[in-house]
Amino acid sequence: MNEPQSELQSESRIVIVGAGPAGVRAAEILVAAGLRPVIVDENQRAGGQIYRQPPAAFGGSVRSKKQLYGFESAKADALHRTFDKLRSHIDYLPETLVWNCDGQQLDLLGRGQHQSLPYSHLMLCTGAIDRILPFPGWLLPGVYTLGAAQVALKAQGCVIGSRIVLVGSGPLLYLLAYQYAKAGAKIAAVLDTASFSGKLRATFDLAKQPLTLGKGLYFLAWLRCHGVKVVEGVQKIAVAGEQKVQAISWHKDGSEETIECDAVASGFGLRSETQLADLAGCAFEFNQINQQWLPQRDFAGRSSVKGVYLAGDGAGIAGADAAEMAGKRAALALLEDLGKVIDVRESRRLDRALQRVQGFRRGLECAFPVPVEWARECADDEIICRCEEITAGELRHSVSHVGTVEINRLKALTRVGMGRCQGRVCSAAAAEILACSAGKSLAEVGRLRGQPPVKPFPVAVGVAAHVVESVAENAGEEAS
Amino acid sequence: MSERLTADVAIIGGGLMGCSAALALRRMNRSVLLLEQGWCGAQASGVNYGGVRRQGRPETQLPLAQRSHAIWQGLPQLVGSDCEYTVSGHLKLARSDAEMGLLEEYREQAEKFGLQLEILGRAALRQRYPWLGDKVAGGSLCASDGHANPRLVAAAFALAAKRHGADIREGVTVETATFDGTRFTVRASKGLEVKAKFLLNCAGAWGATFAGQFGEHVPEFPIFPNMWVTEPMPKLVEPNVGIVGGGFYVRQVARGNFVLGGGRGTGQLAIASARPASASMFASMKMACEFIPALQNALVIRSWTGVEGMLPDHQPVLGASATTPGLLHAFGFSGAGFQLAPAVGEVLADLVVHGVTATPIQAFRIDRFSE
Repeated sequence: MNEPQSELQSESRIVIVGAGPAGVRAAEILVAAGLRPVIVDENQRAGGQIYRQPPAAFGGSVRSKKQLYGFESAKADALHRTFDKLRSHIDYLPETLVWNCDGQQLDLLGRGQHQSLPYSHLMLCTGAIDRILPFPGWLLPGVYTLGAAQVALKAQGCVIGSRIVLVGSGPLLYLLAYQYAKAGAKIAAVLDTASFSGKLRATFDLAKQPLTLGKGLYFLAWLRCHGVKVVEGVQKIAVAGEQKVQAISWHKDGSEETIECDAVASGFGLRSETQLADLAGCAFEFNQINQQWLPQRDFAGRSSVKGVYLAGDGAGIAGADAAEMAGKRAALALLEDLGKVIDVRESRRLDRALQRVQGFRRGLECAFPVPVEWARECADDEIICRCEEITAGELRHSVSHVGTVEINRLKALTRVGMGRCQGRVCSAAAAEILACSAGKSLAEVGRLRGQPPVKPFPVAVGVAAHVVESVAENAGEEAS
Repeated sequence: MSERLTADVAIIGGGLMGCSAALALRRMNRSVLLLEQGWCGAQASGVNYGGVRRQGRPETQLPLAQRSHAIWQGLPQLVGSDCEYTVSGHLKLARSDAEMGLLEEYREQAEKFGLQLEILGRAALRQRYPWLGDKVAGGSLCASDGHANPRLVAAAFALAAKRHGADIREGVTVETATFDGTRFTVRASKGLEVKAKFLLNCAGAWGATFAGQFGEHVPEFPIFPNMWVTEPMPKLVEPNVGIVGGGFYVRQVARGNFVLGGGRGTGQLAIASARPASASMFASMKMACEFIPALQNALVIRSWTGVEGMLPDHQPVLGASATTPGLLHAFGFSGAGFQLAPAVGEVLADLVVHGVTATPIQAFRIDRFSE
């Protein structure tokens, strides 16, 4: 393990969290300026989710980059090559979870060990997770998120079933369908909860990124051309089966249809992973386009906390190309803040390009909105929080009988979001239910406060941890 | 926008003390207006460990704790929920003969207050609790102690007080409180002004600030107990467990999660400023695993802390003001107020309605720091 121990005493250390498009491009700029950042990444290999690489042991012979990344293979390859060139100029901690940030140092869990990593500057490129909205049968074995289905294909070269239905909304739906079909998977149907008319309304904004828009249309045309059933404007999705997925049904234009399948992947757009920004003390604001509370940042990626920078989908969904630009731009901001001279023409070019992406983002949200009727129609007995097994009805009861109007109170009183995932899976759905039943907006019900660890942390690792700080004087009375 | 209200009693602070007092006062037909800066029970009352324990308390607190114990038994009737209160027993562990001596000594003291404790030697203890590690020398069991879910208790008291007609205002920060010789005037955010004959200072870690406005100086400071919880595990540990001298305390809830505490987090005297400390979590993990080795197999899913008011002698301030008639204090419970709260509410109601209470509280008087 290439531990950055040599620099442990140094006053200035830049830590980048995440080795996806944003993190790698940020590192490239910093290295070019003569700095040596640390990159901490949860994955085995660089590339993030979108340019995820199979394990090195696969030898690259299983599937080519062209097969893995399709249209994006050149970009994927460029990013991987950049990272390989940077490798000797950075300290790299792969397979390492950042599970806490106290504002001055990160707590890491890597290869079964705890390590603390103090920083002077922090670049958070933490990526995104699927927005998950429960439907009947969503907890049956065989139901995945779209993101997980894509990870299975990219990292392991496998698909989630032999007769697969993809459901939800957002560009990932069609991209994944295309990738799966190209890989030889049998796609029984693609069910889009967004309507054709909504997409038409969005065409003006989408046209700001004609290449991306073109790709989306191409995927759709390709799928239809190859006989894949694509249904737009579906409602009331329900998965049925004994022990595992056996069929999926939906409503469209008042009539119901059912087809057999053995696997379902669903997703309703993406949500930024903001836990570390929260723990780092960043101020948040509600973002209408993302329908999510996001850490505040200026045009260049500076957060509200001095020395903490944000880039990529972890700071608002904008896709991989924008993430590469945002990573570069935030790194330039960091250099400026260090008093270094930067290429002003490059930074202005990035600013303009990032501005255009925002317009496209508005279009995407209009084309693939979060289904507004979901929170109203979700049945009382539907489990929203699968860790703690909390139903929609329990959440609504807290609103109607206790007067709960805020998401952290809802968590305290019902245990929603209190389990292993700490709300990463359920908080979007819980907030939608709360807002709908309390007659409030998503912005008004607030956001779940982050608490460490960001993901579960083994007690045995804590027991073995070498603790520098003295806690003897805090022996701790037995409380209560 | 301004709003002027009057009530028999104004309460500053919607923690468990304030909510419990609001309920007790409503049950004695006094009109109550309670002001809470955040949400009721969201500070120390809601994020503490959840021990409902008399064992280990100083003699001065045992009469109050015994009165509270009786109220805990009727919680569902009183507040409409059992708040996951479980009479699990409280087991205090000892590591040495010297510590066993302390436990035996304490048992004799406690007996005078009607608290029955059972001393168990190493063999008996490990036979009864096979999950204990081999570092334990013995322990003392208080079979009638237990634990409850702190997230639910203060909220349940607040809700019950509301149902009984208390006017509870959340998200309202008290700015000043004054006394004109007859009545108190409390000015708060959102243009709220309350006049009341009695004022209850139940402001927890902020209690000394309000006492200071009436010329009473209390050396209170904030502490941030460090807590963490594991994923659900198979049922293993029945009693609420602590250890002589502190260091860690643990209980397993019905769902299977282990809730543990020990050491301190960091923070300031401000809402949402407190945060847990990894080093404290590791220290309590090491110690807890020595005594309950099975914990090593668990995953921690969350850690947290909250702000509690601490006093140098680890005793609360409870009772009448020494400067201002009609002002009553109940704050600074020094990390040990959860079990006491139901009785504290009744004591405050006694003092408002009768001017006296049958429960001895002299040890908690506010002027003890100016002597």
